[in-house]
Amino acid sequence: MPADLGVAARIAPTLDAHGEGNILRLCPGGCWTIHDAEQLESLIAGLRCGEPVYAVVDLSRIDSLDTAGAWLLHRLQGDLEYRGARVDRVGVSDTYAALFSEIEAHHPTPWKPYRSRFSVVSLLEKTGRQMTEVANDAVAVCHIVGSLAAVLSGILFNPRRLRAVSVAVQFDRSCIGAVPIVLLMSFLIGGIIAQQGGFYLRQFGADLFAVDLAGVLVLREIGVLLTAIMVAGRSGSAFTAELGSMKMREEIDALHVIGLKVTEVLILPRILALMLALPVLAFLADLAALFGAGLVTWLYLDIVPQTFLQRLQEAVTMETVNVGLIKAPFMALIIGLVACVEGLKVGGSSESLGRHTTLSVVKAIFMVIVVDGLFAIFFASVGI
Amino acid sequence: MAETAAWEHEPGGHPEFGDVILGVKGVTVGFGDKLVLENLDLEVYRREILGFVGGSGTGKSVLMRAILGLTPRRAGTVEVFGCNLDTASGEERLEVERRWGVLFQQGALFSSLNVKQNIKMPMREHMRMSEQLMDELALLKLEMVGLPRDAADKMPSELSGGMIKRASLARALALDPDLVFLDEPTSGLDPIGAAAFDRLIESLRDTLGLTVYMVTHDLDSLHSICDRIAVLGERRVLINGSLDEIMQFDHPWVQSYFKGERALRRVD
Repeated sequence: MPADLGVAARIAPTLDAHGEGNILRLCPGGCWTIHDAEQLESLIAGLRCGEPVYAVVDLSRIDSLDTAGAWLLHRLQGDLEYRGARVDRVGVSDTYAALFSEIEAHHPTPWKPYRSRFSVVSLLEKTGRQMTEVANDAVAVCHIVGSLAAVLSGILFNPRRLRAVSVAVQFDRSCIGAVPIVLLMSFLIGGIIAQQGGFYLRQFGADLFAVDLAGVLVLREIGVLLTAIMVAGRSGSAFTAELGSMKMREEIDALHVIGLKVTEVLILPRILALMLALPVLAFLADLAALFGAGLVTWLYLDIVPQTFLQRLQEAVTMETVNVGLIKAPFMALIIGLVACVEGLKVGGSSESLGRHTTLSVVKAIFMVIVVDGLFAIFFASVGI
Repeated sequence: MAETAAWEHEPGGHPEFGDVILGVKGVTVGFGDKLVLENLDLEVYRREILGFVGGSGTGKSVLMRAILGLTPRRAGTVEVFGCNLDTASGEERLEVERRWGVLFQQGALFSSLNVKQNIKMPMREHMRMSEQLMDELALLKLEMVGLPRDAADKMPSELSGGMIKRASLARALALDPDLVFLDEPTSGLDPIGAAAFDRLIESLRDTLGLTVYMVTHDLDSLHSICDRIAVLGERRVLINGSLDEIMQFDHPWVQSYFKGERALRRVD
């Protein structure tokens, strides 16, 4: 067996042209293959053949030829014929003749290089399309909310239709799996808030108020907000990717055909599990953040744990805790809805899966913050 | 019965017409404690169409993936174009990869690129040429595999199964490979489409001098275009040779495959 089957022997391509009066003789030689395509193109571009009446292409000196080489020769021949020359091909071996007869069945299209132009109209059009997209999103969310309500009311009459196992599995994934990272994050945030607060308040001799600051801020806002953001990044993206890849592989269509509701089978268990998970996670996050705050005030501000707890009891009421936790299910609902809507919008390509997963997380986090703001306005107006 | 191959083969011997393009020696592949292939030998010669058959789950695709280096081997060597893929340097391996083309069972077109971009992808990455030539060659390959020109700008998700197969073959042929691996190219095609595909592969072999390694279940393909057939079973190649030799081979699976109800119905 030869050590190397014809890789090394690649002879550089040549193209000789002899003009005699109105007769042109073209002798391509060497390897006319795709490996030397750039060189072949420059050989042909550099060809000065004048205005021949008759041209002969002599292929006897070609060592190897593939589709790319044959195509370039075919194109050259076409050019010559277009300029009024009669072209003959000589010295073609049988294998190459078959190749040429295959190639000659195809013709080059006029080549149009792709160009993108900046225009105000297209900019406006793009903006308009994005606006309708937003409107479509809102409709899609309403659609899912509606069908969720329909499914839920069905479950009220027939509780067996609730997929408890499915809900439990989703709860395990989105809640229990998230506990360590949420605890760690909240612990650090609690510590940081206490440290920063203490650092500034100490200048006024009010370092004890760092406890108030950390307690109220964590329980009312930060605990639930950061947990929601973490859950949006963790579970929201997972929902979108799961539903999206199911959409891509026609699994969603299979569910429809079998006569099952996607909302009932896929969306309700996820959203329900998330609505149960987020309050639990937010509560655990509150505890961890307060623990972190307590530790930092003890080590950094020399406030002993007893004083910390005493101060905390004065600063924080059950109402403060509730204000934070009541927001959690609503945030979970929004994260779940956005994730599912984006998941069902995934098209056929992996690129679209990636785009919608990104969009899902970005939109969910944005919406969570908007809802937090709305709650802040609401609580302020009712005076809590 | 359909006409047999143009060339005569001696069983196990080297046919006079070609060198060994692909040599597989003593390949063993296993998952966990289960061996799928054990001490398997196979040779593919230049310019032949080798049909590879075997029951579902006997490891046809596993062998193809092992040859391509996608599934790890436990033992054995694979030589492609005389180059041992285990000891080859990165450059040699790249050279081999440029000279083979693969049609995966599901097509494996890049879903975020349209058909033309899919075909241009190997050219763009491995070769240097003008955008215009790349475009023209992509359209040429597209038409050669029998797709209409307007399929060029479609996304893979907008294509039917048969079109995906063809587009994927066009991508496999983009660099004018010497060796193509086809994993069940005609499965899921209608009989007319499958026959056209067979003719296409045969004509590509004749025009481009391809060597074809084809995993298939299609008895028609085996009868009409395969020069040689290899049967996989019991973790090794049970037999390889021309169709007539295989029909004579006394093995229950081979007998029921080639002389089963469906096989006989088509012979009649």
